[in-house]
Amino acid sequence: MSDTILNIENITKSFPRVIANKKVTFDIKKNAVHAILGENGAGKSTLVKILYGLLEPDEGNIKLNNKDFKVNSPAEARKQGIGMVFQHFSLFDSLSVKENLILGIDEKMSYSDLENKLENISSRYNLPLDLDAPITALSAGEKQRVEIVRILLQDPQILIMDEPTSVLTPQEVESLFVTLNALVKEGRTILYITHKLEEVISICDTVTIMRSGEIIDTSSTANQTAKTLATKMLGQKLDDLKTNYEHIKDEVNFEVKNISCDFNDPFLTDLKNISFQVRVGEIYGIAGVAGNGQSELMDILTGENINIKSGSITFDNKKIEKYGPQKRRDLSISFVPENRLGHSAVPELSLSENILLSQFPKNNFIKNGIILKNNVDDFANNVINEFKVITPGNDTKASSLSGGNLQKYVIGREISSKPKILIISHPTWGIDAGAEHSIRESLIKLSQNGTSIIVISQDLDELIEITHKISVIYDGNLSKPFKTSEIEIEKLGLLMGGKNE
Amino acid sequence: MNSLFPSIVSRSQSSGLMNFFVPIISIVLTLITGSIIFVLLGFDPVYALYTFFISPISSTYGISELFVKATPLALIAIGLSYCFKNNIYNIGAEGQLTMGAIFGGGIGILFHDTNAFWLLPLMIFAGAIGGALWGLVPAILKTKFNTNEILTSLMLVYVALFILDYLVVGPWKDPFGYSFPKSRPFSESGRMPLLFDGLRVHFGLIITLFLIFVSWFIFSKTIFGFQLKVSGYSPKAARYAGFNQTTLVFFAFAICGAFAGIAGLAEVSGPIGLLYRDISPNYGFTAIIVAFLGRLHPIGIIFASLVIALTYLGAEDAQLFLQIPSAVGFIFQGLVLFYLLGAELLINYKLTYKKLL
Repeated sequence: MSDTILNIENITKSFPRVIANKKVTFDIKKNAVHAILGENGAGKSTLVKILYGLLEPDEGNIKLNNKDFKVNSPAEARKQGIGMVFQHFSLFDSLSVKENLILGIDEKMSYSDLENKLENISSRYNLPLDLDAPITALSAGEKQRVEIVRILLQDPQILIMDEPTSVLTPQEVESLFVTLNALVKEGRTILYITHKLEEVISICDTVTIMRSGEIIDTSSTANQTAKTLATKMLGQKLDDLKTNYEHIKDEVNFEVKNISCDFNDPFLTDLKNISFQVRVGEIYGIAGVAGNGQSELMDILTGENINIKSGSITFDNKKIEKYGPQKRRDLSISFVPENRLGHSAVPELSLSENILLSQFPKNNFIKNGIILKNNVDDFANNVINEFKVITPGNDTKASSLSGGNLQKYVIGREISSKPKILIISHPTWGIDAGAEHSIRESLIKLSQNGTSIIVISQDLDELIEITHKISVIYDGNLSKPFKTSEIEIEKLGLLMGGKNE
Repeated sequence: MNSLFPSIVSRSQSSGLMNFFVPIISIVLTLITGSIIFVLLGFDPVYALYTFFISPISSTYGISELFVKATPLALIAIGLSYCFKNNIYNIGAEGQLTMGAIFGGGIGILFHDTNAFWLLPLMIFAGAIGGALWGLVPAILKTKFNTNEILTSLMLVYVALFILDYLVVGPWKDPFGYSFPKSRPFSESGRMPLLFDGLRVHFGLIITLFLIFVSWFIFSKTIFGFQLKVSGYSPKAARYAGFNQTTLVFFAFAICGAFAGIAGLAEVSGPIGLLYRDISPNYGFTAIIVAFLGRLHPIGIIFASLVIALTYLGAEDAQLFLQIPSAVGFIFQGLVLFYLLGAELLINYKLTYKKLL
């Protein structure tokens, strides 16, 4: 057993009313990329948090190099040789790359030592960095590089990567894989957490599949296909989704014309002359790498920002660009912004209370200013049942739901009011394949019932799977639309990188 | 070996039960610290604590006094919770109280020789308007010019106090008052009715309980209360929901100002009976402690107002019987706040001692 670096034995961790890890047992081999695959709520994050010293297990042992391994904080975990790159970066935006790296070092190190070390790491692992650039000026891929370099400075034996490709362009993914391969060649071990099945097959050597807190299988990725992995992960067969254009009517019911908006803010992207049309029953996708004006456009589509410089938005023959969110909902326009916690839902409030954030005229939640609690509770229960939200009840706080469950709940809330148009940003961001599948399925069903949908997403696979038309947003400009069934991935990739033709 | 200084680490989840116990723990710690202070001053701590906390309320009169002091505290604190729930830090309730006293008291002075049933209701109404208008000034400054309401509301306290000062030494001075800085007394129908003969507890208590009940209803049953809460937790979610945050700021300030204004009017038309310089022993500021000690909850605020009112009474008795300066009351209030904030921190964060190698 000399090639095993980490033995995980009988790890059990329970939270009130939920067992997140049930007797989790598996070994991780040295010198390999080991994937952990599972739905949200399957217990991946809990397990990783235990390894990284953020949580303490109720039972079980972990052995690192055949020695008992117990840590109480990430700093201790790093000292023992375990590093982690989180899905959401923890960098100081206003500081430079170098300053961020200095802040991340636990031990004392002289300045010249640091520079030597950085140069060494940069060249050895294909991680080019401009040390003096401010973090704001970096793309998501470059920010991730900073995170990886920061961890490598500690010279870890095991590197945990949490959903590392979710914000990257296809080109950046390629370059990340080169880095990971270089790390493995040197004898390091990578624990790769993902919900992207293709990545497991293309880069990982071994895969551990988790479902409802238990280990389903640990096996080599050789001879596996995306289908076999997905089946094991979900415990059921997935139906193939098909794009269907037949139900789309010719009538345009949502039109954006020449919208421009200046922000005078280095953290925001100005929007330049954006126009597009959505027909009844159509799913319109807006692709692009994060930070190219998506959230700015979203705010204008929802009415959270009505200070546009020029242009118009027309819905059902009404000019609505000056309408706030509630006035738009009154017209049966519904929206789901990207961020679940603190934007489309309030984590401190119960699921029932969160229903009240989005009220449509026919909901009947309020009478003379008084909340009709029974109606709200019924609506919440309905959403929970219909969209298979896993929760102890409608009085549970939104913060205690897993990302996928909360997203199903939020989208369910919007869909249940049968809107004429749904505007949704990153519908499946950071959630598992099971929730992802059910959300995409419900969006397609919604469109077939005559609702138009605008989807802003960085996930190309998602857009290709569910939309009828796609345009690409780059630096505040929106490309012309392409019919999804005729589009080539390479072309989209180029547009996303700002190369037009 | 562990390092000498702990570091503060966020807890993954805070305990709901502890949340409930925070006010109680704070009070217990305050009593312990208080006895240490008494010992250091050379007093028998048991006797001192008895004098401070038990003897003031060991008579009917004492209990009545407790309610007299608790009334403005509870009324202002419940008003403040409209602001605090919305994450607006209005700390100018003292000024709003003073303005309420000026507006309502002004009516009382104008009709000093009138005896009619409508006089007191009119004074209460004017008091509410005066407090609300004074509260709206920082609201306008905040929404129009994005000024910090903590500064503006605090500064307006002193403006209000100087206006009162000017009025009672100038235009509203009692012509038969031998040049003392006070106004004419209000007529009998301009006074808060007493609830019991011979005790000072007055009708203001009923008004306060009624407004606390109304506020409970608003906080827990109405969409307006919900909007305040959402806007306090997450302004972004409130914007998404389409709640008009400017309106919410105006309402929170106006309601808080009105409640403080009524409290001010209740003071001058209740125990005092006229306008003069020192109408409030910092009720407007102390009510901030009451609001937080009561966890911004109506029932909690009722209990908290009684506890803090006791520190006022205890300070008077301590001065009388132990010859300790009455400022010791403020020390106790400060201790409660100190422990409250400390316990609050420890609910959400824990201290860990890093191991030194």
